[in-house]
Amino acid sequence: MRWGVITFPGSNDDAQTAWVLEHLLGESVVRLWHKDTTLDDLDCVVLPGGFSYGDYLRCGAMGRFSPIMRAVGEFAAAGRLVLGICNGFQILCEAGLLPGALIRNRGLSFLCQRVRVRVENAESAFTNRCRHGDVLDLPIKHGEGCYVADETTLQAVEAGRQVLLRYTDTEGRVTPGANPNGSLGAIAGIRNARGNVFGMMPHPEHACERLVGGEDGRKIFLSIMAAAGVTAEPVSSKVVSGP
Amino acid sequence: MDNMRWRALVYVTPKDGILDPQGKAVQQSLQALGYPEVGEVRIGKYMELKLADVSRESAETRVREMCERLLANRVIEDFRFEIEAIT
Repeated sequence: MRWGVITFPGSNDDAQTAWVLEHLLGESVVRLWHKDTTLDDLDCVVLPGGFSYGDYLRCGAMGRFSPIMRAVGEFAAAGRLVLGICNGFQILCEAGLLPGALIRNRGLSFLCQRVRVRVENAESAFTNRCRHGDVLDLPIKHGEGCYVADETTLQAVEAGRQVLLRYTDTEGRVTPGANPNGSLGAIAGIRNARGNVFGMMPHPEHACERLVGGEDGRKIFLSIMAAAGVTAEPVSSKVVSGP
Repeated sequence: MDNMRWRALVYVTPKDGILDPQGKAVQQSLQALGYPEVGEVRIGKYMELKLADVSRESAETRVREMCERLLANRVIEDFRFEIEAIT
């Protein structure tokens, strides 16, 4: 399948994302600049992590007005797959492609650590290579990852099973201590109602090789490949994998 | 009149009910400094925009639009603004 990875000014996980897709998963990747205006012939486009436009005003607030975002909006409206990771998630929220917003972490500090997230819905285009309740071990690195939305929106996303990942402890339990940033509902990743746009704060692209501490991140990319009709290599069925 | 210059003072604040960890930290610091009367602290943003070649009416319409489209995120923030003539 053909992936597009967008580089915004200030993106810093674009190369890592492309590395995982090309070199670890053998996929075809088109590197896109934020000033590009078309997403022709792509099956999935990734908005990577980083600090687009220096996080000025609000994280993702300027990135959403990059020329390529018009194409991303049309791509999403056509039902194609869009993945936003960290800053990419923030941009998708700012663009209104995902509900809610991401604000400063509850504890104010920038967090760079491993977290566990539980798969809440394994029937999505982004998690179908996981099992319901799987606990993934992924890193986070963000200052503004606290997911918020109004009560009506929260009820709608829960009812629609749009929450795909939730912060938990190693046993898959939602506890205050396991929620690193204060996200409402311990939400770590959420998809749109239609199911083709997904944003997550943890970084799957930084968890695809044992060398860097784990391979759980592959499951997200392999799920997307499965959803796009690409035969993917089998994924280990173990519930928790550590370093 | 159309050629007047204006200054828009824009205030963006966290919506009621939205967690404001910065405000909370500042509130605790103020209390620790001996100001127990300080209740909730909410921290927002103040922006000054200079506008030219528009009427006051148009400036108000357009600044409102700027707030809605970029300066504030209505999911988490409220905004208000004042427009004054630059003399």
